[in-house]
Amino acid sequence: MSVIVAKELTTALTALREHADARLIQGGTDLMVEINFNHVKPTTMISLRDVESLRTIRRDQSGMLSIGSGVPYSIIEGEPVLSAIPALAQAARTVGSPQIRAAGSLGGNLGTCSPAGDTLPVMFALDAMIHLNTVDSSRVVSIHDFMTGVKRSVRQHDEIITSIDFPIINGWQGYSKVGVRNAMVISVASACLVADHENAHVRIALGSVGPTIIRCREAEAWLKENHNLSTGASISLDVADEFGKRAAAESSPIDDHRSTAEYRRHAISVLASRLLRKAYQ
Amino acid sequence: MSANEFYSLRVNGKTMPVQDSWVGESLLYVLRERLGLPGTKGACEQGECGSCTVLMDGDAVCACLVMAATAINSEIVTVEGITSETSLTDVQQSFVEEGAVQCGFCTPGLIVAVHHLLEKNPQPSEFEVKEAISGNICRCTGYGRVFAAVEATIRSRNEVK
Amino acid sequence: MAKSSTVTKPRDILGNSALRPDGAHKVQGSFEFTSDMHAENMLWGATLRSPHPYAKIVSIDTSAALALSGVQCVITADDVPGKPTYGLISSDQPVFAQDFVRYMGEPVAAVAADHPETCRRALSLIQVVYEVLKPLTNPEDAVAGTFDPIHPDGNVIRHQRILRGDQTITGPIVVEGEYVIGMQDQAFLGLEAALAIPDPDGLGLHLHVATQWLHEDLTQISACLALPAEKIRLTLGGVGGAFGAREDISLQVHCCLLALKAGRPIKMQYSREESFFGHVHRHPATIFMRHHADADGKIIKVDARFVFDGGAYTSTSPAVLINGITHTQGPYKCDNATVDGYAVRTNNPPCGAMRGFGVVQACFAHESQMDKIAAAVGKSPVEIRLINAMVTGDPLITGQIMESVAPVARCITETGAIPLPEPMGQSVNELSLPGGSGLTASRSNIVRGIGWGVSMKNLMYSEGFDDYATARCTLKDGVASLKFATSEVGQGFVTLAPQIARSVLGVDEVILEPIDTQIGSAGSTSASRQTWMSGGAVDGACRLVRERLFHHVGLMHSIDPLRLVIDGTDVVDQVGTFRISVAEASDGVEISETFEHHHRATEELDENGQGNCHTAFAFVAHRAVVDVDPELGLVKVVQIATAQDVGRVLNPLSAIGQLEGGIAQGLGLAVMEEIVMKDGKVRNPSFTDYLLPTALDAPDVVAVMIEEYEPQAPLGAKGIGEPPCISVTPAIVAAIRNAIGKNIERIPVRPQDICL
Repeated sequence: MSVIVAKELTTALTALREHADARLIQGGTDLMVEINFNHVKPTTMISLRDVESLRTIRRDQSGMLSIGSGVPYSIIEGEPVLSAIPALAQAARTVGSPQIRAAGSLGGNLGTCSPAGDTLPVMFALDAMIHLNTVDSSRVVSIHDFMTGVKRSVRQHDEIITSIDFPIINGWQGYSKVGVRNAMVISVASACLVADHENAHVRIALGSVGPTIIRCREAEAWLKENHNLSTGASISLDVADEFGKRAAAESSPIDDHRSTAEYRRHAISVLASRLLRKAYQ
Repeated sequence: MSANEFYSLRVNGKTMPVQDSWVGESLLYVLRERLGLPGTKGACEQGECGSCTVLMDGDAVCACLVMAATAINSEIVTVEGITSETSLTDVQQSFVEEGAVQCGFCTPGLIVAVHHLLEKNPQPSEFEVKEAISGNICRCTGYGRVFAAVEATIRSRNEVK
Repeated sequence: MAKSSTVTKPRDILGNSALRPDGAHKVQGSFEFTSDMHAENMLWGATLRSPHPYAKIVSIDTSAALALSGVQCVITADDVPGKPTYGLISSDQPVFAQDFVRYMGEPVAAVAADHPETCRRALSLIQVVYEVLKPLTNPEDAVAGTFDPIHPDGNVIRHQRILRGDQTITGPIVVEGEYVIGMQDQAFLGLEAALAIPDPDGLGLHLHVATQWLHEDLTQISACLALPAEKIRLTLGGVGGAFGAREDISLQVHCCLLALKAGRPIKMQYSREESFFGHVHRHPATIFMRHHADADGKIIKVDARFVFDGGAYTSTSPAVLINGITHTQGPYKCDNATVDGYAVRTNNPPCGAMRGFGVVQACFAHESQMDKIAAAVGKSPVEIRLINAMVTGDPLITGQIMESVAPVARCITETGAIPLPEPMGQSVNELSLPGGSGLTASRSNIVRGIGWGVSMKNLMYSEGFDDYATARCTLKDGVASLKFATSEVGQGFVTLAPQIARSVLGVDEVILEPIDTQIGSAGSTSASRQTWMSGGAVDGACRLVRERLFHHVGLMHSIDPLRLVIDGTDVVDQVGTFRISVAEASDGVEISETFEHHHRATEELDENGQGNCHTAFAFVAHRAVVDVDPELGLVKVVQIATAQDVGRVLNPLSAIGQLEGGIAQGLGLAVMEEIVMKDGKVRNPSFTDYLLPTALDAPDVVAVMIEEYEPQAPLGAKGIGEPPCISVTPAIVAAIRNAIGKNIERIPVRPQDICL
């Protein structure tokens, strides 16, 4: 096995193109578990740890926050993300432990692409755009097109996720995650809700309750039709609960050793309802 | 670099050669089995217990999740590096004096995590202390005496000022 | 500015918070755990385990593994020279599976190789052909006898009844429930490890191992290796916690066999995943319990049926069963009882000792019942327990008289006197609500509940077992050294033993000799017994030395030794003016004495469960304050108040550490810890999905130590390790019930149990 410790992005991209068997490693919080447990035996590793250009956060004029794929969660928990995209900072704070957060990154969350990925619901709710580069090309893909299934994405072997663009939306946003313990848990169910005042629209995305993150388009449409969101008036318990039920109805959770489909669906309805009430109180 | 090639790591201020290793080995394994630094402990190999906490470029991370060969440009500090030649640090002293050590397996990881916390945040709230060590599992103490040790350290540092 | 101190630091004698002698090493990372040990020329060992809960072994082919470069040897059942099986009570557990594998994870073979990675590859090259069989996974099938025996010894490990008093009596108040307790794991952090170094002549060896009972390991290893015990030395390596999981043999025999076969030192250590399969767990159990009470809520009779799932092999199931059923009544007066108890064999993982040892399960049932009685007669949880509280002199349902100090009412009232935490403010930090940083709730979604649990727990071993402890004290030139085989697993015996020597002999410097089998047995570090038993042995040995020292001083200075006492660090004539330092008194002499401490004899139970089967008891009360999100079923334990009957506090710092640590384990069983099984397969053998309490789950613990000197105990102190993890669990569940107004009869409580 060989390891290429890249200091420049081009080094990594070139190596990725050259080695068909290469795996990328950033924080290692997912991949090293697989290696430690002998589920994965890579022959060529390309480390992105020292590629500084992946660790920047930029704000551009169009009101977009661009976060480098290598920025650790511990940075994302704070400013400028905390003020600009609070739901993302909240989600980052729920990932693993402080040690995991010092190493893990959005690029890793996207690279692994698990439906339990804590930041993915935030990306879906905000219509994040994913920048992918090869040694000689680049493209931008909507998060909705990026994730195709459990741990499956459209990323090609020779592509590196370089940054993620988050629109900055005017309105309340929040993230909630259910786990049995009060720290360091894999999410049993999670949700991100974004109130878009400009367009009088609420977006909601669900995690851990389907093969991909679920954007609840029908529940969103129902809410828009049945409640005047443009006044910013508070939302009644009845409307919120109905919204919650409808969001849950769009999920397809399973029974596993962590929880049951029945509980997950119920949890989503509660989370969605509570998030909506918080957004409009 | 390729399998069995020589590389070196900066650990506790020294450059240490790593030879004859499989480059996929974790930093935890390399520290313990190749560099003669067994202070860092492994209890889960998954980043779920914090026993392997070390500092890398000033961040507290799990050494079991670091591929050692990727850490060649980083400054690594282990519990052995935090320990001074002549005496226990104030954090270490507090842990002993406040009864925060029972079997001691989680202790090195906690010592590193607490040193790191107080470096970044000298006046943490009670919640911030708990959150900072929420990635360090202790099965013996129930954390009560650990909190007491952290509080005692903060108090004594404040008194010195 | 620091003042110059004119106050002498208090001596580290009994009653003071002496610090751990190994503390400085542990905080520096220089304390040597068994997993840190290495030997020159050593190889690594690893174990091949069955993936099936129940299967016939058709064939094992090790040739490909043997042919792998770097592999020294491969062993299976055919390579066990002595007894092919071992076990703490019944030798029914194979060193390596022979014809059948009976649980997922059962050892089938082991390899020795030059690198852990080589070991791993070698294991994958061992070809085992299995004929998979349908596993026995429902304990009721074992009780009913409707499943063919999965072991020659049959599917019922033990059946015991307790019949006491009037079997037909009833009461106006009748409450019952069927209580289910899930499988908890000890999850010590210091993973299993051993280093076996063969003697050059290959006829003996030295084993360094992290274990709870060196001599019991030695007995079993000796039988399996067909080597006399004198040829096998065991030394305790550093132990990273135990909690019962190191009482049974795990890697000891494998490591020794590999070492003898390879002729080289062998290091074995388990990964976390392997650890989940490599040791016994707490027995899952189903307990039906029914109480008859009078209109005031006074217990008239208790009926109970216990089924403990012992898993594939016996381990300590017979003793766990007895502990469970004899604690049916809890710390309450009860004249009439009908109890039926089964410990059965299934193809689930073997279960055995875990802190609490059968009483945890019984306590969840009886404390849940007490709240039901309270509700039925309109009394509070505190009142109902006070009116039923046991006192010294009361008979137990086994007919044994409670001779221990039994301050049950005091435990309850002193717990109740501890102030409740402040009510949740309106502007509370949302991060500290149930759900933590998951931000699942606002203050208005949370309800607070309060619940109670009280328990009694037997100390030391029972049913006629003489679990004595041995210690040697040597005094020379003012320094005492102590030798014992007592396993230090983190509980602090290495702190206590020198405190005893300092108190008895007036020395300050105490040296601890290596903990190994070069002295008699200390018994197991379990059953809350070491302070009483090994403490008693150290105390006894020191007293014998002191007696001889006084004799020596008396001779040297013409004083009747009976007049001499230790005062501080001096030998003093109580009647005269003579005073001499202990250092001077012992200058030039070496006095060494060995003492065996035995507790009083106990009896087996007869067919009706009658007999003086337990040695002594301790009591504790817990009050839990829990915040609950009833819609999501998430929980945060806010405060645990406790008053524990400790007899005498020998080291306040060590004592509070035991209480807080035990409470955390009980909290784990209440709300988050469970080994999830499906068809005999373990579904969560990792810390990702077997959840232990973190610092953010820990409640505020407010503890009162009730010191009513126990005359039976050599130091007046009772064991304190187990009681903290027993009644805290039902207290937390009671608090959840109080918050949501709903009955819950299983632990751990899962979110869906609360909200759906």
